[in-house]
Order: sequence, then C-alpha cells, then structure tokens
Amino acid sequence: MSTKFENISYRIRRFDPERDTAPHWEEYRVPYTPGMTVLEGLWKVKELHSPTLAWRSSCRMGVCGSCGMLINGKPRLACNTQIAELSSDTVVVAPLPNFDIVRDLVPELAPMFASHQALMPYVIREDVEEREHPTNEFFQSAHELEHYLQFTYCIKCGCCMAACPTFATDALYSGPMPLGQAHRYNSDTRDGGFAARKQMLVGEPGPWRCHYAGECSRVCPKGVDPAKAIQLMKRELVFDYLGLHKTKCPANVAGKPTDGKRRDNIPEAPPHTV
Amino acid sequence: MLDSKSHPNRLGIWGWLGGGRWGVERYLYTLHRLTGLGLLAYFLLHIVVTSGRAFSAAAWTRAMSQVSGPFFKVGEYLVFLAFCFHAINGIRLGLVELGFAVGKPIEPVYPYRTSVDVQRPLALAALAVAFVLAVIGTISMWSD
Ligand code: FES
Repeated sequence: MSTKFENISYRIRRFDPERDTAPHWEEYRVPYTPGMTVLEGLWKVKELHSPTLAWRSSCRMGVCGSCGMLINGKPRLACNTQIAELSSDTVVVAPLPNFDIVRDLVPELAPMFASHQALMPYVIREDVEEREHPTNEFFQSAHELEHYLQFTYCIKCGCCMAACPTFATDALYSGPMPLGQAHRYNSDTRDGGFAARKQMLVGEPGPWRCHYAGECSRVCPKGVDPAKAIQLMKRELVFDYLGLHKTKCPANVAGKPTDGKRRDNIPEAPPHTV
Repeated sequence: MLDSKSHPNRLGIWGWLGGGRWGVERYLYTLHRLTGLGLLAYFLLHIVVTSGRAFSAAAWTRAMSQVSGPFFKVGEYLVFLAFCFHAINGIRLGLVELGFAVGKPIEPVYPYRTSVDVQRPLALAALAVAFVLAVIGTISMWSD
C-alpha cells in the first residue's frame, strides 16, 4: 500500500452479547500514520468512534500473545502487523475463528487452555522432591536443548488453532498449540512424562487427526512450527508402538562444583547504588 | 470453562478452504479429503453393482449394461484421476507424518522457514508424479 493515504478504513466484526444475537460488521475511518500497526488503529477507532470496542492486548510487542485476530483473512497478532504490509487501504478485523466470541474481537480461549493443560505441559519426573525443591540444575547439553528450543517460543496466541482446518471441523481435536507443547516436553531430556502423555494422545484429541495442511506453521507469529512438532511426535509414537522408542532416563541432577576458582582477571562488582 | 454468553464461531467445512489466502498444502489437504470421499463412494457403488453376480449371470449382465454408458465412463475416469492424486499424495503424507521431510527443530530466525517450506519439493514431486500417472492413464483409457 502506498503510504500516501491520510485515512484508512477499518471494517470490524462486532458482537455485544447483551444486545446482539449475531455478529455484524461496522466500518470506521481513522487517520493513518506511517509505521502504524493494526493494534494502534484499533486504539484510534476506540478513541474517535466507538469507546465500547473490545479486544485483548497487553505488551504491544508480540510477546504476550493476547492480540491474535483474523486480519484481512489471516490469523495474526494485531501489534505485530503493520498496516503497510497488508497492501490494502481497508483493514478487515474479525475475532479468531474456531473459538466462541466473548465480545467483539475477544475470543474464548478457555477450551484451548483446557486441552493444553490436559496434555501436561510441564516437566514430569519421578523424583518429585527434586523437581519441586531443586538442589541444583539438571544436566542438559546444548545439542539436547536444540531438540525442543524452537517449540518453547510459543506465546499461546491461538493463531494456529484459528488457521487449522481440522480444528475447524473437530472440536475434540486438541489442535496445534497443545500438541506442539506436548512434543516440546516429550523431547526435553529432563522430562520423563512420555508414557503419561501418550495416554492422553490416543484417539480424537491426539496428533493423528493432523494431515499436514501446514497452516499452523504458516501463520505462527513466532516461527514455532507446530506442524513440525506434531509430525515429529507422530514419529516418536510410531517408534514407541514398534518398541523402537529411545527411552531416555530423565537427565540427572548436576553435582555442585567443588573445585571452582574465581579467575583473577574478573573485576569485582561495583558497589550497590540503591 | 467460563460461563459467558459467547457466540459460536467455528468455521466448520468452510475452514477446509478458508478465506482463499492459504498455502498450497491446505488445498492438497482438502483435495485429499474430497478424493478420499469420492473413492469411498465409488467402492460402495462397486460392491453393490458387482454383488449382482451372486444372484445370477443375467443379473450381472443387466448390472453391467446399466453402468456402461458415457456417463459412467466419465465417472470412471474421474475415479481414476482421484486415485492418481490420492495414492501419490498419500505416500507424501505418509512420509511427512512419520517426520521425514519436515526437517529438524531449528532456532526460529525471521523470516521464518517452516517445515512446510522444507517439504515443498516433496509436495511438488508428488504432484508431478500424479500428473504423469494421470496422463498415461488418460491416453490408455481414451485411445481405444
Ligand atoms: S499485545 Fe502482546 S502480543 Fe500483541
């Protein structure tokens, strides 16, 4: 889009549960400034036209994951999307599909978090005492970290769930975010929860409903690639079925260093200022 | 779940196609499902028609004459095209779903290169093989 525009149109899907029986579209004109994000435009709409407009946002820097919306037909973060990159002078904003609408652009994400929780997205170990009250860190090499690091960048914005065609027709399917996060923990060498999670991955909620439309990975604003995680998880489950799954014992606790010496070329910390 | 008067917004079947701003793999996904349903319908019809032979030779001849018109010839041709796509794309999906051709986990650095890009050559190769198979079948089906 040429940045010569002075004004920009916002077409917004509105829904007020107290008044409306179904969502409807409303259009607003707001002043455009170069570099403006979709989120900044929404603030302008609220300020100039409709103070009741509701959405979620917090960090405005693509970190908290609360501003996922359907923007010009694609699930994206409003704070992470510049109007200039949409190549249109009309910004069409709707709530993320595949989630119920609470109000205007606010989706009901609770079912997604329920599926996420059901797949136990945390380190599971038999030495519960060590896990809850760690005495030291667990051994993990940089190479082992690479097996799951990419999947830790997930901010749970729900864009992948909104883009997934399987989740669009099957409410029982866990969806890309919860499954990707289950794989993140399955492939963490500190974790021993593969067998427990496997029980939850049987049938409809599990990864077998994914047939690689790849949309979750394409829309993910953090490059997490949930589709990759799901396919790698399927491989692990098939290997497990064939008895070929490498059962790694959860990483051991590293012993406290005993012979550590401070190097003499490290200067002392400056004195406290407050 | 929270108790709110929320409005349902699940896309349903429309979600298979989305708003038309999607990648080629989504359309392969949808086509794979549609051709699968088409092949299933064909198999059911096939079983019904051929089971006539269990009753008598005359019933078999009658059933065969009913499915020998140009309408069924075109139908058979469409079944063949669906088979070409479904079989070859199915092999691609089998490979991808076993974690081959999607690459290893990487550090996500913008602009992100996802597993969809990594397996794209496989998707294109599968389409090319399905196309070649369809051309060979078309020539042999319609040349006599
Ligand atoms: S406001 Fe935090 S990700 Fe957009």
